[in-house]
Amino acid sequence: MAASREDVKFLSNPKIGLRRKKYCRFRKFGIKYIDYKDAEFLLQFINEQGKILPRRITGNSLKYQRRMATAVKRARHLAMLPFVGDLLK
Amino acid sequence: MRHYEVTFIVDPVLSGDEVKSTAEHIQNELRQAGAELVAVDELGLRQLAYPINKRSSGIYYCIEFKCESAAWLGKFELNMTRNERLLRYLTVKLDKYGVKYNDDKRNGRIGKRKVETTSGTSEEGGDLAPAVVNLDA
Repeated sequence: MAASREDVKFLSNPKIGLRRKKYCRFRKFGIKYIDYKDAEFLLQFINEQGKILPRRITGNSLKYQRRMATAVKRARHLAMLPFVGDLLK
Repeated sequence: MRHYEVTFIVDPVLSGDEVKSTAEHIQNELRQAGAELVAVDELGLRQLAYPINKRSSGIYYCIEFKCESAAWLGKFELNMTRNERLLRYLTVKLDKYGVKYNDDKRNGRIGKRKVETTSGTSEEGGDLAPAVVNLDA
C-alpha cells in the first residue's frame, strides 16, 4: 500500500525550520537597572571585537538596548571593557 | 535628594597608604560640599582592559552619595581631573532603580542566585563525596 499524504507529512520533524522567538531578557526577568560595573554581564552584548551587538541579534527592547549601550560605553570609559578587542570570547 | 555615584581608578604605583589617603581626600571633599555619603565600595586592584597612562592595572573605588543641590559637581569633577593620582573617574546620576539596585547589592540580595547555585553545587559535591566514600567502604 502506498503511504497516504498524511503519513508522509510527519516523516520529517516539522519544527526543524522554525526559529525560537527572541525576547528582551530585561523585560522578561524584570531587570530594571543595568550596572556598568558588571563587565561580565555586559560581555553578553558585545561581539568578539568588543562591538555592541545590534537589537536584531540581542532581541532587547529599544529601551533596554539603549540603556545597555550606555552601560557598555561607561564600562569602556572605566577600562572594564575594551574599546577594541580581539578574541574576547 | 538626588543620588549620584562616582567611580574612580587610583594609580596602582602609589603605596597602600597613599591610595587610602587619596580616597579619604575625595570623601572629605564630598562631605565638605554637603553631600551625604551612602556607601564607599572598594573594588580593589583590577586589570585594565587597555592601558591608561602606561598603567595596566588600577585600584577601583566606587562612592555613592546623595545631595540636595549638585551645583558644586562641576567643581568637584574639575578637581578630579586635576588629581594626578587618579587615572579615570566617572560620575553618574542614579535613577530610582539604580539606587535600589545598589541597596540590594549591598544587602546581598543581588547575585544571590549565583551564590545559591555555587553553594548548591558545592553542597551537591559535598553530598556526592560521602556517597563515593560509602561506596568505597
